[in-house]
Amino acid sequence: MSFYFAQLLTGLANASSLFLIACGLSIIFGVTRIVNFAHGSLFMLGAYIAYSVVTRLDAGVFGFWFGMLAAALAVGLVGLAMEFLILRRLYRAPELFQLVATFGLVLVIQDVALAIWGAADLLGPRAPGLARAVRIFGEPIPQYDLALIGIGPLVLAGIWLLFHRTRWGILVRAATQDRDMVGALGVNQNWLFSAAFFLGAALAGLGGALQIPREAVSLQMDLNVIAEAFVVVVIGGMGSVAGAFVAAVLISVLNAFAVLVFPQISIVLPFVVMAVVLVLRPHGLFGKPGSGHGAPGEPEAPLRHMSGRGRMALAALVLAMLASPAVAGDFTLILLVDLLVAMLFAASLHFLMGVGGMVSFGHAAFFGIGAYGAALAVKTLGLGMGGAMLAGPLAGALGALVFGWFCVRLSGVYLAMLTLAAAQIVWGITFQWQDVTGGDDGILGVWPAPWASSDTAYFYLAAAICLGGIWALRRVVHSPFGYLLRGGRDSPVRAEAIGLDLRRHQWAGFTLAGTLAGLAGTVFAFSKGSVFPDVLGIAQSVDGLIMVLLGGIHALAGPLLGAGVFVLIEDWVSRLDFWRFIFGAIILAVVLLAPDGLAGGLERLRRLLRRTTGGGAAR
Amino acid sequence: MLEVTDLHARYGGAHILGGVKLTVAGGEVVALLGRNGAGKTTTIKSIMGLVRQISGSVRYEGRELLGRPPHVICRAGIGYVPEERRIFADLTVAENLEVGRRPTREGAPHWSVAHLYELFPNLAERRRNQGKQLSGGEQQMLTIARTLMGNPRLVLLDEPSEGIAPVIVEQMARVIAELKREGLSVLLSEQNLHFARLVSDRAYIIETGQVRYEGDFADLDARPEVSEQFLAV
Repeated sequence: MSFYFAQLLTGLANASSLFLIACGLSIIFGVTRIVNFAHGSLFMLGAYIAYSVVTRLDAGVFGFWFGMLAAALAVGLVGLAMEFLILRRLYRAPELFQLVATFGLVLVIQDVALAIWGAADLLGPRAPGLARAVRIFGEPIPQYDLALIGIGPLVLAGIWLLFHRTRWGILVRAATQDRDMVGALGVNQNWLFSAAFFLGAALAGLGGALQIPREAVSLQMDLNVIAEAFVVVVIGGMGSVAGAFVAAVLISVLNAFAVLVFPQISIVLPFVVMAVVLVLRPHGLFGKPGSGHGAPGEPEAPLRHMSGRGRMALAALVLAMLASPAVAGDFTLILLVDLLVAMLFAASLHFLMGVGGMVSFGHAAFFGIGAYGAALAVKTLGLGMGGAMLAGPLAGALGALVFGWFCVRLSGVYLAMLTLAAAQIVWGITFQWQDVTGGDDGILGVWPAPWASSDTAYFYLAAAICLGGIWALRRVVHSPFGYLLRGGRDSPVRAEAIGLDLRRHQWAGFTLAGTLAGLAGTVFAFSKGSVFPDVLGIAQSVDGLIMVLLGGIHALAGPLLGAGVFVLIEDWVSRLDFWRFIFGAIILAVVLLAPDGLAGGLERLRRLLRRTTGGGAAR
Repeated sequence: MLEVTDLHARYGGAHILGGVKLTVAGGEVVALLGRNGAGKTTTIKSIMGLVRQISGSVRYEGRELLGRPPHVICRAGIGYVPEERRIFADLTVAENLEVGRRPTREGAPHWSVAHLYELFPNLAERRRNQGKQLSGGEQQMLTIARTLMGNPRLVLLDEPSEGIAPVIVEQMARVIAELKREGLSVLLSEQNLHFARLVSDRAYIIETGQVRYEGDFADLDARPEVSEQFLAV
């Protein structure tokens, strides 16, 4: 009995730090509607800054707690700078575009932390005065855990007072419901947004700082915590602070007991809980359907068929690519295969998001399922490359069929989060299930058939498959099924009012996108000769999102352009020191210069050039 | 006081307003009449800075407001009461009023919470209730009270009589009369000709994004063909 009580206390202590980071995320989303992927980075910065302050000051009780608060304040200022310098410029950009900026910030902050604090893990000091354990029912409980258990509810109470007893808090709650109306009542939203960012970032910083007596400070803290923080926010209901608290306790306590029964479960448990909650309550425990006045609604212009000149340019590009083996070396061919795979992957994600209106934060799930499906077909079933190349996309389709059934029941950010959960569950299973998937060691020796084993032959095979897949997607977009999906994206209510079974069509669209992502994963697996759990990871999903959003979500050429630029830049910068910083900075620069994506930016550039060269030349 | 000229507005590809021209003088109640979809709400939203693709001119007390963000327009002295009410559903009545509170303004009547509770006794009783617990009529009163907390000199009222019970419509007419007595100017959009005649000094009729008629109600009544052409359904 006492052992279980101790386990409960550990769970509650974990809940406190999870709550701190999640409630900051929730506040920021509630007010600004920005899904802040860089929130984990703020958490990590809090830990590093607290480490530096506490180890420099002599570590008395005062020094320790001063360090905690100083770290929170410093990270709050970093968040303020992020909002003020970058995100503020993007509020009028299409929804989700700010997401790309936060990805860029994740990369930049990674390398800034690396430059300042180095790559080695840093072991922080124990909290003075709380360094020992007390016995409760005979079990040793760290005093610091007890302190944490107290801090969580204390912060919750503080935020409650702030939100209900101050004018600023009332404005924040009002803006969470209808920020345009708050603006029309004379409130300058910019200040409200800045303040929300400061508060949210400071809470993340405090959460990170409070971790230093418990775990080593490392450069992996940011992405390790972000997925779980999202889960907590979503379970609680986006924008609900009390919900975040309940969800943090639920997840942490469940986890503390579940590991006793099934030690491997901790990787996937939060995501399973989230999936269950979202299926039962599509807006989380305390969330509400977002008001229609949240996002700036700019109707999307209809897609046009490509002009004759555009077709010719595209054909020329494809021909040039196909002719490249004549002149290019092996490295270039390998890079081109990567490019083709990225293009198909991005096109399938764009089909889901841009055409179907279903935002996915976990599209890597189907890419990875395809890659593993193909690899397992070769290794376990003993199929040849041909069979494996069917098995891969089939596996992707099956995965998308299953997850899609759950996902199309939701919309907006909740749908995106459920896809993230799906990807993390698949990743967790792959990572843990040593016997079948090889776990962390992956599956090696997935080579193409002899006839396709030369770089040139495989390049042509990959080109045929990937370009074929992209072509098929374009056909679907311009088919009645594509019209239907776009209609559903623009107005689900109207689509259903005219008698369409939107969910079924979205399910079909989801499955198609998963199939083609699986196909991309298959081509990828054979090009590398091996698969590792990374192909299912958050980073892979994020890469896809960057390609689609950076390329421009409103144009069919967007994802192709985005994938091309992404792969080429990554290939170039990843050889440099601090490449993450450079890459992140490039992403931020593009985001600020072309808030409608590369495709939109190029279009504007073209119009500008036309105007300056004189209207006569144009027409 | 308010002078709108050549106001154009678009939503995406759709041209909603094609050169609206209207004026509101100090202390005047002006009705903007027209059928569903004629452009009444878009006109009001455009004045308030809530429509992105607009051109033309919105001058208020000699100052150009077109292209300014809504909070600047509100601070200049224009209050906005939206059509769909847009109460903050999770906030209490008192908190809803707090969101609208602005400092006192020279040349405009000052509305305190106590004063507003006097004007809207229902709200006083329900001050601790959340917005979503109010009836439609109470919500309508709350949006007006919330806007008055900003001490405006001109109030834009979008379809105040829409979707509320007749007894509340009467109360609404009394409130508008009270605003006029306090010296406020009002621009209200309305489909209900009877209600508009009850409360306003003058009327504009808008159809397919353009003003087709302007005049007082005596003149409008003398020309039944006008209301037949632009208002009958």
